[in-house]
Amino acid sequence: MSNAYHIIVCAGIVPDPLQTLEPIVSPTGPSLKNEMMLPAVLDPWAGHALYEAANLAAHSPGSKIWLVSAAPKAKLQQVMMNVAQKASFELVAIDCPANGFADAHSVARILAGAIQAIPGIDRSRLVVFGGWESASRGAGVTMQLVGEHLKITDQFQGVDQLSVQADGSFEILERIEGGRHLVSVCEGPPALLGWATGNLPEPKNNPQVGMANMRTVMPALQKAKAAPLSQGVRYLSVTPPKQQRQTRIVKDRPADEIAAELLEWIAQD
Amino acid sequence: MSGSPSTTAIPIERQQMSVDIAGVGFGPAMGGFLTTLSRHLLNKDGTPRLESAVAPGMPLQVICYERADGLGFGVSGAVTRARGIRASFPGIDLAQIPMAAPVANEKLVYLLDPSGASRRPFTFRVKDRLIRSFASIFQLKDEAVELPFTPNFMRKHDGMIFSLGQFNQWVSEQITSSGVVQVWPGMPVSEPLIENGAVCGVRLVDQGVGLDGSWCNGSMPGMDVRAALTVVADGPVGAAGRKLDSQFGMPEGHHQQEWALGMKMVVELREDSGLEAGTVLHTLGFPEPEIFGFLYVHPDRLASIGIFIPSWLKSPVRTAYRYLQHFMLHPYLWRYLQGGALKSWGAKSLQESGRHGEPFLVGNGYARVGEGSGSTNVLAGSGVDEAWTTGVHLAEAVIELVEHKRSFTRENLEETYVRRRRVSWVDKESKIAADARNGFEHGVTAGLIGMALAGITRGAITFAPRTRRSDSSSSSLEMRYKDKISPAELQRLRDECAAHGCSLHDRIMDRCGWPSIPFDGQLLISHQDALLMGGSVQAPPGYANHVVFIRPELCRNCEPKLCVEMCSGQAITRGENGVPAFDREKCVYCGACLWNCTADDGKGNIEFRAGAGGLHSALN
Repeated sequence: MSNAYHIIVCAGIVPDPLQTLEPIVSPTGPSLKNEMMLPAVLDPWAGHALYEAANLAAHSPGSKIWLVSAAPKAKLQQVMMNVAQKASFELVAIDCPANGFADAHSVARILAGAIQAIPGIDRSRLVVFGGWESASRGAGVTMQLVGEHLKITDQFQGVDQLSVQADGSFEILERIEGGRHLVSVCEGPPALLGWATGNLPEPKNNPQVGMANMRTVMPALQKAKAAPLSQGVRYLSVTPPKQQRQTRIVKDRPADEIAAELLEWIAQD
Repeated sequence: MSGSPSTTAIPIERQQMSVDIAGVGFGPAMGGFLTTLSRHLLNKDGTPRLESAVAPGMPLQVICYERADGLGFGVSGAVTRARGIRASFPGIDLAQIPMAAPVANEKLVYLLDPSGASRRPFTFRVKDRLIRSFASIFQLKDEAVELPFTPNFMRKHDGMIFSLGQFNQWVSEQITSSGVVQVWPGMPVSEPLIENGAVCGVRLVDQGVGLDGSWCNGSMPGMDVRAALTVVADGPVGAAGRKLDSQFGMPEGHHQQEWALGMKMVVELREDSGLEAGTVLHTLGFPEPEIFGFLYVHPDRLASIGIFIPSWLKSPVRTAYRYLQHFMLHPYLWRYLQGGALKSWGAKSLQESGRHGEPFLVGNGYARVGEGSGSTNVLAGSGVDEAWTTGVHLAEAVIELVEHKRSFTRENLEETYVRRRRVSWVDKESKIAADARNGFEHGVTAGLIGMALAGITRGAITFAPRTRRSDSSSSSLEMRYKDKISPAELQRLRDECAAHGCSLHDRIMDRCGWPSIPFDGQLLISHQDALLMGGSVQAPPGYANHVVFIRPELCRNCEPKLCVEMCSGQAITRGENGVPAFDREKCVYCGACLWNCTADDGKGNIEFRAGAGGLHSALN
């Protein structure tokens, strides 16, 4: 049977985690201080999903990847300059707010709607990828909700490996407790996989791939429709995580003593 | 690492791609170039106005590669008159750019030495004593005197304060949203492609290689991007620009010998600091007389504060980080900074030769813009607007040439780009500034007098240009500290530092009476914490080391090792057998090692190649 897939990668963006992130409560609700000033990157979990999608497409001739992303257009454009050299894809852009406090139900509904609206999408070949969690909040439910909207019942979360069997079925390794994997087999598409880290390294930058992608990325951004998020969730309060940094240089100290001190320090909180 | 990996000896099949214009480096100069050019590539109906030669029927194919991981990761808090920038964005309020503020209040401040450790020449000691004796007349307060006026040649009264990171990010959004040019961060250019004396594109760096550049399974040779015109805007230490210099030489009488290392922090001020957005402070006198400083206040209680360590600071153990901390702790500044928190940190080299450092601006198939093309005005201390404007000049020239179907030969680029530059305010002002800093070779007092004379007389009166090559490594430790530390003690300090693998400057400064830094974990933090908290330095895997000690045997007996002392990120340390060790995970690409090394009879023993990674801060 043909193994040409229609691979959708749902990919959110997050502020570059290397920046200083400071949660605040703004007039429109919880957010990060100066979020629009911070450089953005593809959510690392979704990034792994993209690399896995590229790998699957490379081994399945005739496959095509759509990157579906709901985020402010200007930020999405910036992120595309960082990822568009890594894998061939067609961007489906949705211009809407994106932050760690967005309502997962609303985001999932928008993503599912955009996927269903892709011209020529074939459900019998549909494989939906995304990040297992989001680096910005880790609610861990958006992909399940996308799957429900799309009526995809074969869903897997915390995926580290996908192997296409000779009969076209998928063998999937999902993370479970204790550093182990749950091995599952499903018939194949349609399926939804929320990726953990997978096993693939970040692809190298390929200028030709980037140049080809950009011919479709910019038009996609220019015609991206605005999709305001509904106020499904109301936050009563938000507490910024406490940041502590205590630097001390101590040489030749036994590991047991360091561990004991760390435990004592953690227990203080 | 040391030695040169021999990747070029292996036959490699490289992919090729053809574009019309390839750009190297994204900063203000490339911003000016692409902003101007991108507005002229299409007609209103979407058809090409300037048609591509490599993709007929399409507009010019323009692509630009930037080494850093983000287009907003540049390092330079800038105050600029923004004449060229404003002209590019008529009708747009530049204060809408994040962290931008119009200059509202500008002061030049002379800082006295509160610690007694600063090495002040006789003239400064006399001046300080005079000021202290007549404190009320000079209005001495917090160990500082605010000068009654800022010299006209320094003033930025009608200008803007920018975070260059935010400015670059904003400009890149404007450019790329047009969809007609592509700008790719995280993609270093290894070198220009030179064939038969002409530049015909660029070669990107190899990926998937070892730290020594060695090949392995999965290595990906850097692609050759062929272009009719290569625009080199990779700054003062960029690999492409320096390759052109070594290939084609410098114009008669030109040199790039004067440098400075700028190091800065972005600080979130406490709520009652009293500093208003738009405030600009220029300082001189402390921590050493040769070190100039600045403080610019952005909106939202953010401020950029930093210093410049010039090559004419003749200390063999000059450093930047610790001097920056002492600078911030000066009573005049600390009253504002106390209670603040570090938000960002960074460093970069500045090409301070100005007009004398101008390389060949054009050649067959290439043109140079920005700081690496000698556009910085060393009298006004201004480079961003000048760099931007040179990019605009080149874009206008390209439009003219393509419209008239003329090729990018040296003659044609001379006639269009260089001609525009020569009749512009950038060039006129750079002529005035050309010899303004000659006096610093005779000492800091002479240098300041020379600058004032050049500024007041608009360049008519200056110190005579040097007749000898500058020695940026300066005198020996024994000479420098003969009145403070005995040769025997210096040797002991040297031996201790060599044994512990640490740099000398901390020990020397302690010994010279500089107080220890009262770390507060917020703003006064260790150098390594600054890398983590302020810069988030990254080194993606699969790229070779970009700092290479060419002949390790020359490093073994080199003392003091200025590359170690001046390294902004402590990425270069004392290695085994006296050869410095390089850790690319700490390198911020300031390039200080490059110009501080005068080994091999002044030629230098460090190769500073193109590399990936570096700072991940967009606030600088």
